[in-house]
Amino acid sequence: MTMPAVSPFVPWVPTPNRKRRHVLDLDDFSEAEIIDVLDAATSMKEILGRSVPQVPILRGRTVVNVFYEESTRTRMSFELAARTLSASTMSMTAKGSSVEKGESLIDTIRTIQALGADIIVIRHGESGAPYLAAQHFKGSIINAGDGRHAHPSQALLDLFTIRERLGELKGLNATIVGDILHSRVARSNIWGMLRCGMNVTLCAPSTLIGDVRMWQETFPTLKISYDLDAIIPDTDVLMGLRLQKERMQAGLLPALREYSTYFGISQARIDKLPDHAIVMHPGPMNEGVEIMPEAADSPRSVIETQVTNGVAVRMALLYRLSGEATA
Amino acid sequence: MPTLITNGTIIDPDTQQMSIGSILVDNGVVTARYEGMLPADATVRTAPGTTVIDATHKLISPGFIDPHVHLREPGEEHKETIATGTRAAAAGGYTVVACMPNTRPAIDSVAVVQHIRTAARRAGFAEVLPIAAATIGRAGKELSPMRELVDAGAIGFSDDGVPVGDPAVMRNVFEYVKMLDVPYFGHCEDMTLSKGWGMHEGAVSNRLGLPGYPSAAEEVGIARDIALAELTNSRLHVCHVSTAGGVALIRAAKARGVNVTGEASPHHMTLSDRWVLGWLDEQADARNEPGMSLNSTTRPPYDTNTRVSPPLRSEADCVAVLQGLLDGTLDFVATDHAPHSRVDKEVEYRLAMAGITGIETALASMLMLVNQGRISLMDLIVRMTDAPAAFLGRGTTALRIGARADITVIDPQLVWTVEASKLFSLGKNTPLLGQKMRGKAVLTMYKGTITHQEA
Repeated sequence: MTMPAVSPFVPWVPTPNRKRRHVLDLDDFSEAEIIDVLDAATSMKEILGRSVPQVPILRGRTVVNVFYEESTRTRMSFELAARTLSASTMSMTAKGSSVEKGESLIDTIRTIQALGADIIVIRHGESGAPYLAAQHFKGSIINAGDGRHAHPSQALLDLFTIRERLGELKGLNATIVGDILHSRVARSNIWGMLRCGMNVTLCAPSTLIGDVRMWQETFPTLKISYDLDAIIPDTDVLMGLRLQKERMQAGLLPALREYSTYFGISQARIDKLPDHAIVMHPGPMNEGVEIMPEAADSPRSVIETQVTNGVAVRMALLYRLSGEATA
Repeated sequence: MPTLITNGTIIDPDTQQMSIGSILVDNGVVTARYEGMLPADATVRTAPGTTVIDATHKLISPGFIDPHVHLREPGEEHKETIATGTRAAAAGGYTVVACMPNTRPAIDSVAVVQHIRTAARRAGFAEVLPIAAATIGRAGKELSPMRELVDAGAIGFSDDGVPVGDPAVMRNVFEYVKMLDVPYFGHCEDMTLSKGWGMHEGAVSNRLGLPGYPSAAEEVGIARDIALAELTNSRLHVCHVSTAGGVALIRAAKARGVNVTGEASPHHMTLSDRWVLGWLDEQADARNEPGMSLNSTTRPPYDTNTRVSPPLRSEADCVAVLQGLLDGTLDFVATDHAPHSRVDKEVEYRLAMAGITGIETALASMLMLVNQGRISLMDLIVRMTDAPAAFLGRGTTALRIGARADITVIDPQLVWTVEASKLFSLGKNTPLLGQKMRGKAVLTMYKGTITHQEA
């Protein structure tokens, strides 16, 4: 028995203009490439505003959503993005598929390839699963969230929304508050925000951040705080993260009430933000825990805009993988 | 039929001398030694039926001893068999291996011990010493029939893969191994701290979003077993020490007279957790100068061949484990050769079975440390021959007249590439695939029979 040589893969086609092949994480995006995607998303948003929002960029291509975890907005957003670009779309969820019969990820990916997929959008509970998929797929893989590792399209739509609201990204102070240790949204946003010259502070109880040295070895400029009230007045972008109730059962938190008292995004805290500041949340929200309903509904909140912008940013990513984008 | 190995540098781990000479082997033992260069017209060369093997510019060492391998038989023959595992051992220069009991069924009955010994004899590539399960089915509840197992040929006990979780059961295991005068091989891990782990807990696990196996999980396990060994005045052998803190605990225990030994695995001295980053590691030395450096960036991120228990640790831990081996805190090199099938490894990172196959690459990995000037050749050979022999209660392995002819001829300059198709082990799960190495066993002899020879 011998193993076939693993085909070497890189997230971009190694040509002089480095056309991107996969979107697995933001750690291999330069600032310039991020800005390119955001610029393309601006055009895409214009397309979405037309009376007939459809362009033929991906005509004849097939985009398959492969979701091993439940999702509302990411999945619908990718589907809408692909259809707006005239791609055929298919969808697979772990429930009701051969995954329940024990089919391995690699076999599932190969099956989807045999059905003619060009782009696979994958959501998976295990960190690194999109890298495994990329090694066994001839087309492009887009990571739509893997374990606690990365959620690049979410971070890009967050950056797009910040830029749309506040203009220049460089120099803005972002505070990410919530369950950072288990959050792929936080990890991708940290890469993206730092690459774009923003300052990032993580704020959560110590059990939900983990070892500070661990973070700062990878991100030397990252700041960490346990005192949300102290950093609120200097925050331009306040991003809340979902707090899973299971965390409390695992002993990571004494009580949701205590969490909410010190780290919840309340109206009182919003009132202390600078006038221009915005409040973000990737959803789904636990209203009353990490964010209060009045805060989510306040004029500072861009939570619904994030969802709308998500379609445009995902169109920009699909466009980038279509081989038509230069640079 | 006599075999004459000529004009190599003979390494004597007992006297710690190296000298050029030749060795004549007949009937499975060393029958003569010739010091200095053997003349081309020496009559011993032309004695009827003599096979002459030229070892000029090569090293002649006693066969290596590995007290920690997984041969997977019985029950997981798709991963490895006693025949393939010992054939791989021969290719790595090993003549004696001790195999762990995490087979199916576990080595917890006399019948399984006998099966292993019979299969090993039939294969004939190496001596196989069975390590039996400390508890029935390695379940950590009832003691295995330990005395019967020793009488059948078991050389020690372990539930390797997992610790004996219940400290009260562990205490009883220590009492029994004391009575039987055999080692307990401890897989030291606090499994509540390592629950759900993907890799070593640190900056890399945080970046990759993989749940961590903190160093403290190993250290808590080692500390507990040292305390219980001390309580029972028994004997503890700590397997695959991977952390600086673990080395320090063993060093301190030895200093106060606890009967504790430890082993160091090549991968825990030569590969760090940064290997899991693969080509994402922008700090990696992306050169593979054979015998001097390895290039981790040729592999994809989340390569499951880097997943091993205990996990690849930080670079500081790698240095500390080597330091432990140098100063005697850790007694010998053990590969923890752990073959797995493709099905076990071609999955999501955290779901992959933990284990690295190392018996065919151990020598080259360790010679890299010699080439880097971090351990002397003599210190290395001692820790692969006489040190594990002493641990197993054996005398020196030195190739003196009358000694069993377990011999490894090493070409320290041979450059070779680790390729799945060329490994004898059924398990191709090593992160070294594709790396160029320097140094290899070019001939291995077990009881006077050649078990491996490079083409």
